[in-house]
Amino acid sequence: MAEATTAPAKRKLKWVGKRAPRPDGVDKVTGRAKFGADLFMSGQLVGKVLRSTLPHARIKSIDISKALALPGVKAIVTRDDFQDMASEFVPAGEMMINYKDVVRNIMAREKVLYEGHPVAAVAATNAAVARQALKLIKVEYEVLPHVIDVDEAMKPGAPLLHEDMITQGVEPAPTKPSNVAKRVQFAVGDIEAGFKKADVIVEREYHTQPVHQGYIEPHACIASVSEDGQADLWVTTQGHYVVRAHCARLLGWDISKLRVTASEIGGGFGGKTVVYLEPVALALAKKAQRPVKMVMTREEVFRASGPAPGAWVKVKIGATKDGRITAAEATMAYQAGAFQGSPVQMGCMCAFAPYDLENVKTVGFDVVTNRPKVAAYRAPGAPISEYAVECALDELADQLKIDPLDLRLKNAAKEGTRAVYGPKFGPIGMVETLEAAKNHAHYTAKLGPNQGRGVASGFWFNIGGETCASINVNEDGTVSLIIGTPDIGGSRASHAQMTAESLGIDLSKVRTIIADTSMLGYTFLTGGSRATFAGGMAANQAAGDVIKQLCSRAAKIWEIPEDAVAYEDGFVKPAGANAGKFPALSIADIAKKAGKTGGPIVGHAQINAQGAGPSLGTHIVDVEVDKETGRVSVLRYTVIQDAGKAVHPSYVEGQFQGGAVQGIGWALSEEYIYGADGRMQNAGFLDYRMPVASDVPMIDTVIVEVPNPRHPYGVRGIGETPIVPPMAAIANAIGHALGTRLYELPMSPPKVLKAIGQNEAKGQGRGH
Amino acid sequence: MRYEAPETVDKAVALLASMGRKARVLAGGTDLLVQLRAGVVEPEMMIDIKKIAELRSIAREAGGFRIGAAVAGAEIREHADLRKAWPGICEAANLIGSTQIQGRASMGGNLCNASPAADSVPALIAAGAKVTVVGPAGRREVPVESIATGPGKTSLADGEFVVSFLLPPRPAHASDAYLRFIPRTEMDIAVVGAGVNVTLDAKGVVSAARVSLGAVAPTALVVEDAAKALIGTKGEAAALDALAKAASAACRPIDDKRGTKEFRIQVAGVIARRTAAKALERARKV
Ligand SMILES: Cc1cc2nc3c(=O)[nH]c(=O)nc-3n(C[C@H](O)[C@H](O)[C@H](O)COP(=O)(O)OP(=O)(O)OC[C@H]3O[C@@H](n4cnc5c(N)ncnc54)[C@H](O)[C@@H]3O)c2cc1C
Repeated sequence: MAEATTAPAKRKLKWVGKRAPRPDGVDKVTGRAKFGADLFMSGQLVGKVLRSTLPHARIKSIDISKALALPGVKAIVTRDDFQDMASEFVPAGEMMINYKDVVRNIMAREKVLYEGHPVAAVAATNAAVARQALKLIKVEYEVLPHVIDVDEAMKPGAPLLHEDMITQGVEPAPTKPSNVAKRVQFAVGDIEAGFKKADVIVEREYHTQPVHQGYIEPHACIASVSEDGQADLWVTTQGHYVVRAHCARLLGWDISKLRVTASEIGGGFGGKTVVYLEPVALALAKKAQRPVKMVMTREEVFRASGPAPGAWVKVKIGATKDGRITAAEATMAYQAGAFQGSPVQMGCMCAFAPYDLENVKTVGFDVVTNRPKVAAYRAPGAPISEYAVECALDELADQLKIDPLDLRLKNAAKEGTRAVYGPKFGPIGMVETLEAAKNHAHYTAKLGPNQGRGVASGFWFNIGGETCASINVNEDGTVSLIIGTPDIGGSRASHAQMTAESLGIDLSKVRTIIADTSMLGYTFLTGGSRATFAGGMAANQAAGDVIKQLCSRAAKIWEIPEDAVAYEDGFVKPAGANAGKFPALSIADIAKKAGKTGGPIVGHAQINAQGAGPSLGTHIVDVEVDKETGRVSVLRYTVIQDAGKAVHPSYVEGQFQGGAVQGIGWALSEEYIYGADGRMQNAGFLDYRMPVASDVPMIDTVIVEVPNPRHPYGVRGIGETPIVPPMAAIANAIGHALGTRLYELPMSPPKVLKAIGQNEAKGQGRGH
Repeated sequence: MRYEAPETVDKAVALLASMGRKARVLAGGTDLLVQLRAGVVEPEMMIDIKKIAELRSIAREAGGFRIGAAVAGAEIREHADLRKAWPGICEAANLIGSTQIQGRASMGGNLCNASPAADSVPALIAAGAKVTVVGPAGRREVPVESIATGPGKTSLADGEFVVSFLLPPRPAHASDAYLRFIPRTEMDIAVVGAGVNVTLDAKGVVSAARVSLGAVAPTALVVEDAAKALIGTKGEAAALDALAKAASAACRPIDDKRGTKEFRIQVAGVIARRTAAKALERARKV
């Protein structure tokens, strides 16, 4: 077993690193694949949610009697159908949630805290009846003043979302409640002393807007509860074990009573790590004694599912003339939405993580506002703080007249660097990606008029976590790999590749299946860039288990001791001349006789994967600004990132490209627009402007491989880092094109045009 | 809800007259079906006009062209003569939506939906196009700019609908253009749209011009001052600057999620100037 977990990376790889066809690809293209809304059960009802149209109000009463009387209405649930829960924080993806808040987020209790907050849900025989029933539910509100912006929410006298919220992490504890849930701080060295040593100091403030994950598939599920209380849930999610845990907890059910199956998933990006409809659908299904399907509209997705936070960040960086950073400080306030738990802590941890610094301090505030509760979005927290830092660094490079990549190289974190949040880094690829950027033809290509180039780097931790894998060796010698992480980005293919490699068999003999929650032990979700890392580790260990059993069976067949056999490239052979002369046995040979040699062969692994390796990346972008309209076009874009090992290079490149494209939207066009009434005005793809295909150039990619020594194939997670650098890279490129900088996202045409106007008025435009 | 697809104008008029406001005319449905799904409209009857031949044809008439109100964008794109004579109208109609939308979206629907940002409308107004309206009282011919009266509102009386557009004959050295400003590259809604139609004399001097702006007021505007700035010039930089100024001055936009007032006013001038330059360049070549 030990052999299989360490050996493969050293030998020549046959499958890992290949661009194998994607098993689920064709079905997805032809429409055969079944997503969240694609399962139909006989007798199913349609579930619909009544949502608050007010951003903040106390619920005085809810009268469902008229709706219940409507023919075709089979069940209605409100706050009365969910037990209140005590305050308890649990991990949700890479973020923390509190059940006291979750139970209030899935169904409002005392108050509605944002427009879109669920107040009741109806299950009816069809959508028209369900919609009609929603209109018949009478909710009496006491309207309360609301607050949408973080800056406003932090001011004394701001409307309070939670009357009992006392800021944590402040000594002595405040005596009065506020909208600031928490203050966090990370510090190393002495920043005062560090700034004194600086020849140049850049100090700037930045604002970012919330952005939605923008998955094309809306939240959807179908729930069914049998007569004896056994429940089934089919759902589009990044983690069905996590959904099971949350639902069982919120409904007060035994975990064993609930089986959750993950459908194919049309994007998640962190947004499908929490529950919205699921516990409601289960409660309705139980009450109605019929299956209930619930599917959000796009508008509901925008109004009620978590975006990434908007934020305010202040950065101060000091350096000597030769570009060595002497001190760095960042203060940031992140919008949590209606309930505490923004990723501000990770923002603080990541802000300066790509750099080896002596004196660093980051302070963060988690602030509630009358918006939907934020959810994880690729590298939650990091893109915001790192955007601010990477922009400030660029200004520092300009002021010092040092090449921005050289400035980063001079301060780059390396193996052994201690991060501000504690641990020392193992081997990491910051220097390698910077060098690859410097050597890339893009970096020295000529620019035309009104064009500018920007660079930025990014860091994300990546995680491991609880993971199970089983390998069933079938009677014909083919193998089924069973894992518990939903496949979002091609992980079934990558897992099959690693398993074929570990077993030394042909890739076509391995099929990966995503188990439902009853088939395999608890497996944490697909998030934190962990699926290929942790799943590969577990699959490799399960393969080791299979190999051990194959060897033992062969020994039995040959009637020689187990240690006299060896496993090589899918065959068991006598270990040496002394072991005897037997023809090698393939997996198929042994599988055929398994019944006679001890029964089926099943390999298994259950691990808490440790040793995830951070992934660092550097992006280069060229933009052109239309100086008369403020429109920014992205002309050329190159992503360079350390993958550790790219198991399937195409999917790694796809992640790089996807992150860059989402980052382009974050930088240039995506934002939530609220009216004075606290209602979102652009809850649709027409006015919530995600880039369309023609808005982005072909994104060029360079995969750097600095292997993660703690993974059998050297894998690091790669799915999140790509969204970290784009905002700063683009801001820096625009800065260079215009000779003036913007400090607020998105850098939409009106803002860019205004900045151009102000710069011309100052008479100091100095384009490149 | 009832669906009717009459094959003659008379039958459509009769249905529409009998149902009054409870019926809706359905052309391509690319606005109407979206509004239906969103619960914005709840008609009792949909009267599909696509089966009426007159509404689906492009024909020469009186030296110009008559275009059926339900002709789809893709059909306009495929009409080479029309494209040659009225490139601005064609590019405006073809900007609507995407390939899928182009297979359905019509200029009649674009006009009667009465969005201030409708793309084909400024181009049609600049062209001096007329529309034929039919109703219980028979047919009438009116300028395009008289149809929309405000966002979502038209001057059509109960029982009336638009049958076709009539484009005037083209003299020598005349052409048109349409440009819009959108934050994205496609699948977006105009923040400013400009249609410019010009005729040059033999010496290249502008003898006639019409300028129309979309998305900067409750309805598309006819900007006479902008046209005047061009007439009598050869379209030199000074003339184009004057046109841009006049265009900006004519704007009466609102601050909304799609752009601020000041941004729209500024960009309207820029887009009007670029559109005029494009129309002039085309006119010099024909
Ligand atoms: C994805 C997408 C992208 C879009 N992009 C654009 C764009 O870029 N630019 C743009 O301007 N629009 C755009 N639109 C809006 C729409 O496609 C256009 O307005 C289109 O021209 C409408 O034409 P239609 O034939 O589909 O009209 P319909 O939806 O059939 O009708 C629209 C309205 O006009 C009425 N009507 C239709 N024909 C007549 C008639 N002959 N007489 C009287 N009333 C009539 C209908 O009752 C209805 O109220 C887009 C829509 C979608 C869905």
